[in-house]
Amino acid sequence: MMSRAFQVHPNDNVATLLNDASGAVQILGARTREIRLLEKISRGHKVALKDLIAGDAVIKFGARIGHATKPVARGAWVHLHNLASEVDERSSTLDLHSGAPTDTSSAYA
Amino acid sequence: MPENISSRSSRGNEALTEKTVIDQSLLTSAATSSWAGFLRPDGRKGVRNLVLIIYTVECAQHVAHAIAIGEADTHVIGFPGCYDNAYAIRLMLALARHPNVGAVLSVGLGCEYTQPEKIAAAVRASGRPAEWFFIQQSGGTRSSVAKGKQIVARLREKIRQETPRAPMTLADLTVGCECGGSDGTSGLAGNPTVGAFFDLLVDAGGRAIFEETAEMIGLRETMQSRAANPEAKQQLAAAYDKAERYCRSVRQWSVSPGNFAGGLTTIEEKSLGAFAKSGTRPIQGVIRVAETPRGPGLWILDSVPDEHFMQFGYTNPNDTEGIMDLISAGSQIVLFVTGRGSVIGSPIAPLIKITGNSTTFRTMGDDMDFDAGRVLTGEVTLAQAGRELADLVVRIAQGEPSKPESLNHREYFIMYKHQNTPTLAVGCRA
Repeated sequence: MMSRAFQVHPNDNVATLLNDASGAVQILGARTREIRLLEKISRGHKVALKDLIAGDAVIKFGARIGHATKPVARGAWVHLHNLASEVDERSSTLDLHSGAPTDTSSAYA
Repeated sequence: MPENISSRSSRGNEALTEKTVIDQSLLTSAATSSWAGFLRPDGRKGVRNLVLIIYTVECAQHVAHAIAIGEADTHVIGFPGCYDNAYAIRLMLALARHPNVGAVLSVGLGCEYTQPEKIAAAVRASGRPAEWFFIQQSGGTRSSVAKGKQIVARLREKIRQETPRAPMTLADLTVGCECGGSDGTSGLAGNPTVGAFFDLLVDAGGRAIFEETAEMIGLRETMQSRAANPEAKQQLAAAYDKAERYCRSVRQWSVSPGNFAGGLTTIEEKSLGAFAKSGTRPIQGVIRVAETPRGPGLWILDSVPDEHFMQFGYTNPNDTEGIMDLISAGSQIVLFVTGRGSVIGSPIAPLIKITGNSTTFRTMGDDMDFDAGRVLTGEVTLAQAGRELADLVVRIAQGEPSKPESLNHREYFIMYKHQNTPTLAVGCRA
């Protein structure tokens, strides 16, 4: 079975992977179509549904979840390395894969 | 059948049998369904007819629970503190005068600040039978339990005989929603399914309540854009700002390394997933713990502590606390969305467990009431899932036990907190 991703709202420019995936993925939900991933993306993580430039709003649930911090190509993984919150500045400093803080080394001295 | 719905068991069985036969017609029946509820003196209608035992200090907790053992239609709540707390008393009185509660027995040890006699008096003033006693004046554990059981039997018989029945529809229902034990499916399927049901409930004239303003960080504009009127918009802004101040002061944004590793990138994204349970209808305003909605429609419950010199009270220390808040606002039924799977239930109001994760629905089938994961696979549309959930809510309101009810899950949590109530007489600790 082809890997799948779920798009919540028709205006969304990202979709959420329902399986760990690479290559072709079927988009379900608000719109159905196929997209080719540019890299491996894990279940629960997001794929860009269109090309974004730095500063573009990233839209999920039909609403802004933050902005792109660099260009993001259609099919690319969207996460802490290229999407930043408007409220929580710290999240952009977290480890891309584990989500662990990287700004606390002095506290463990 | 669980003991707590035994007075309605024949009806519940019918509903269960019918389900297998005429499932298709049930799928569209919720909006027009009518059933017999329990009419309370204030005009509200209950979907259960319960005796509630309330203990007023931790020292009376064992006796209260021992009284309830083996007693049909009898639930227990209580407050552990010896020093009283206005918030906790308001919360307990709201639960004692809940539409699903017909009568109350309040049990104290005899030296605590919180007064079982005053609780019983307030409940009697609401038109419900209520009794109380102190354990220290009743000869200790054994005789207090025996005395309590006699009182419970008397109260239960009285409300079974005397509570008038009245027709109910969705317009008479207040339904709360909480989420916890969330995973990636909660924002995609579990919460949106509740949102679809809430739209249907609001359109039918009912009341829908969701909460956890501290989990709406980043959504100030989104919330305001949903306000039904300028007053609601102001209330939403104030509740949001208080929640954000609270989060800044405790340096906790309700998002954790595990959330990021699981694929969430920003607090806005997590907040929107939780907010999805609100559906799409206008928000009528903000209520606080122990307040009922001021009219039909969709409401936000603010359970964040107000500023106070003691700084006590976490906003939602656990899922059960949030569920109690929703029940205190008059919810006759509460929905709980859990992706990973949770095994809690609630006293007073049946809890319905919804999961957006079909694997959880299979592996924890005894505990889960509704599989919203079918939305993700395209098996059902969101609108269909919302209608199916409405039909389940109606069946539970008609007396069919929810999964947590049938397992006798009745977790409760009442603790010290502070919320401003300018009109309240001074007398116990704010």
